[in-house]
Amino acid sequence: MTSRRLSRLLTAAAAAAAGALVLAGCAAGTSAPGASASADPAAEIVVGSQNEPTNLDQIFGGSSGVTEVFTGNVYEGLFRITDDAEVEPLLAAETEVSDDGLVYTFTLQDATFHSGKALTADDVKYSLERFIGEDSIAARKNQLSVIDSVDVVDEQTVEVTLSQPSISFTYNLGYVWIVNSDAGDLTTTADGTGPYALADYRKGDSITLEVNADYWGEAPANGGVVYQYYADPTALNNALLTNAVDLVTSQSNPDSLAEFEAAGFQIIEGTSTTKELLAFNDRIAPFDSVEVRKAVYSAIDRQKLLDAIWDGRGELIGSMVPPSEPWYLDLADNNPYDPALSEQLLTEAGYADGFTFTLDTPDSGVHSTVAEFVKSELAKVGVTVEINIITDDEWYQKVYTDTDFQATLQGHVNDRDINFYGNPDFYWGYDNADVQTWLKESEAAATVEEQAELIKKANQQISDDAASVWLYLNPQLRIAADGVTGVPQNGLNSLFYVYDIAKA
Amino acid sequence: MLLLAFALAVTILFVVLRVLGNPVFALISVGATDAEIAAAAARLGVDRPIPVQFAEYVGQLLSFDLGQSFTNRLPVGEEILRRLNVTLPLTLISFALSVLIAVPVGFFAAWKARTWYGTAFSAAAQLGGAIPVFWVGILLVSVLSLGWRLFPAGGFPRTDWEEPGAALYALTLPVLTIALVAGSDLARYVRSATLDILGQQYLRAARATGQSFGTALRRHGVRNGVVPLISILAIQLSTTFVGAVIIERVFALPGLGDMLLVGIKEQDFPSVQGVLLFSTALVLLLGFAADIAQRIIDPRLRDSLSGNRRTKALA
Repeated sequence: MTSRRLSRLLTAAAAAAAGALVLAGCAAGTSAPGASASADPAAEIVVGSQNEPTNLDQIFGGSSGVTEVFTGNVYEGLFRITDDAEVEPLLAAETEVSDDGLVYTFTLQDATFHSGKALTADDVKYSLERFIGEDSIAARKNQLSVIDSVDVVDEQTVEVTLSQPSISFTYNLGYVWIVNSDAGDLTTTADGTGPYALADYRKGDSITLEVNADYWGEAPANGGVVYQYYADPTALNNALLTNAVDLVTSQSNPDSLAEFEAAGFQIIEGTSTTKELLAFNDRIAPFDSVEVRKAVYSAIDRQKLLDAIWDGRGELIGSMVPPSEPWYLDLADNNPYDPALSEQLLTEAGYADGFTFTLDTPDSGVHSTVAEFVKSELAKVGVTVEINIITDDEWYQKVYTDTDFQATLQGHVNDRDINFYGNPDFYWGYDNADVQTWLKESEAAATVEEQAELIKKANQQISDDAASVWLYLNPQLRIAADGVTGVPQNGLNSLFYVYDIAKA
Repeated sequence: MLLLAFALAVTILFVVLRVLGNPVFALISVGATDAEIAAAAARLGVDRPIPVQFAEYVGQLLSFDLGQSFTNRLPVGEEILRRLNVTLPLTLISFALSVLIAVPVGFFAAWKARTWYGTAFSAAAQLGGAIPVFWVGILLVSVLSLGWRLFPAGGFPRTDWEEPGAALYALTLPVLTIALVAGSDLARYVRSATLDILGQQYLRAARATGQSFGTALRRHGVRNGVVPLISILAIQLSTTFVGAVIIERVFALPGLGDMLLVGIKEQDFPSVQGVLLFSTALVLLLGFAADIAQRIIDPRLRDSLSGNRRTKALA
């Protein structure tokens, strides 16, 4: 045949072959079952976060970032705090408490450290003593100061003796890591019993966790986790949009939420324990007067502030206790927004012409925006606010250590921190003998119900006294790509368990 | 002279940091007692008198030890080397690209200075130099990354340079950002240096002897014009290096700039000192190298300490 005919034949053949392939592809596509619907157990999850730990050791000031990565994932405690703020046994398989509440006997789980060594009572003793020791600057060290001694009974049994009964003891133990007593310096390495082991630590960039094949408990739902850190929130958002990360642990800016929703991402909203406070220096005039404090409280439209900052998310609270805690009371209207009441209280207190005070404002986060709002609200009742912007460092020196301030703004992230109001030396200097007694007695309570009853009384009192202005409770906003499941919903003080996270 | 400058930098930096900040507060949190704060200060060694701390630091420097980070006890020297993996390629490639952009643009703008398109080039260079570098970065991310999905929005692969392709891909947008702005800036200097040469009598004389424009430029023009440019290039290289700080934040690159910013935020004095001393040393060395290069190229500079060729008559 001629070359032209041949070429035409070949072209036709090629076209037919291509067509057949396309049809085959379509058929294959439709006949295959929904493979994307089931999760891939070997998938690596990339978590985007702004909360990089300063170092990897919780007793050396690793900051809240270290809890987010390690607690429950790499290191385990004797107990675990769940997403609903419940206490569950973890490495303490069995617990026995003596009748006087002073001696706790823990029988340990069979577990091994990532280095291969078996978990023994010696490791528990080492870990607890390390946490409360002289060198430790762990964030929750003081809550475990009730520990008098830790004794090894046998390989699998530990006995802890307290100096006084402490009903929150098992809860507080949920934050203490059980580390390998042979491990040495843990600021850049890790050796725990958890479902993940530390694979790589790049300061300023990422922390990589790999699955622990010898884990004593249930295997995780994924094949490993990488925490990728971003200093700039825009860079973090861009990373999520371009799928460089699978989820973001905490979204601090509600404006970008609409963009994520439109692009098909999941917005996971839970409760946090981060409270925005206008803290008074209760020791000095004019804030040593309850009427003045209540007047300032009632002058601020907190709902409007919350809407402006969080666009309808988050919650209003009337005291230091968020709804996730057992002694929560709905006190949001205890000091209601009422400018007329505010002016009346100011007159009663002797400040009919108002007064001026300086508001020391840290320059991080939303505090400066909140300060401007507070200033404009208080101006309406005749109180003049002078905003003094300071760095976080200066805040620690001037406000926290030297207590040289009149009022300040700060975000408090700890859970169960109503105890700060039972300490008259705490930076805001609230000194109420009843509150101190109730809080102290609550620790010695025999049951959780009794504990809750006592703390509720303290809760009511600090609200009645307007010890501080609790402006609002931050929401916990996490954003995840479509197909990612098992993301913890609530943010209790930066806890973030990654072992249930799965993606298609 | 170099050593004196360096010693001065070390001293000033050391004192200023300790007077202005307190590294303890980056480690503690609300709830810490006075005893804990004191213990933390003791462990970091910052409760000792400043002269004592300074003496120890100088001792360390003399044995090339930059100390350990206050926050995580990692050796600062090693951390700097690790970060250089990102910052050095970023700086060098951006610099090379900016020179590649600047020389033709600047030359063309000068050569055709009296035409409308030459003026347009000059105007473009002015504009490029005036735009803030992070704005260009954000713009490139917005269009090329979020919009057209051509490049990643930021980050550096965890596999580092083991996969050079991935690393270069991640550095594309940052390099482009720096090169566009630095190149425009440099183009203006190239243009003015070229204008300077083009107007010189020796070029006309060379043409008169029968050389073509290109040959005359190459044999006589370039060597004369490049001398002041070398100083500018040295400064530009140092600026690019230090200016990578902002770019590293926009593109989430774990480089030296990021180490500096985080060190400042965490009041990690050894890290901040390490990075700044390193940059200082680099700037001083680059300036020195530029001086030497100038003396090699222009013999008239060799006899005086700081050459000013206009004061020396041609022999």
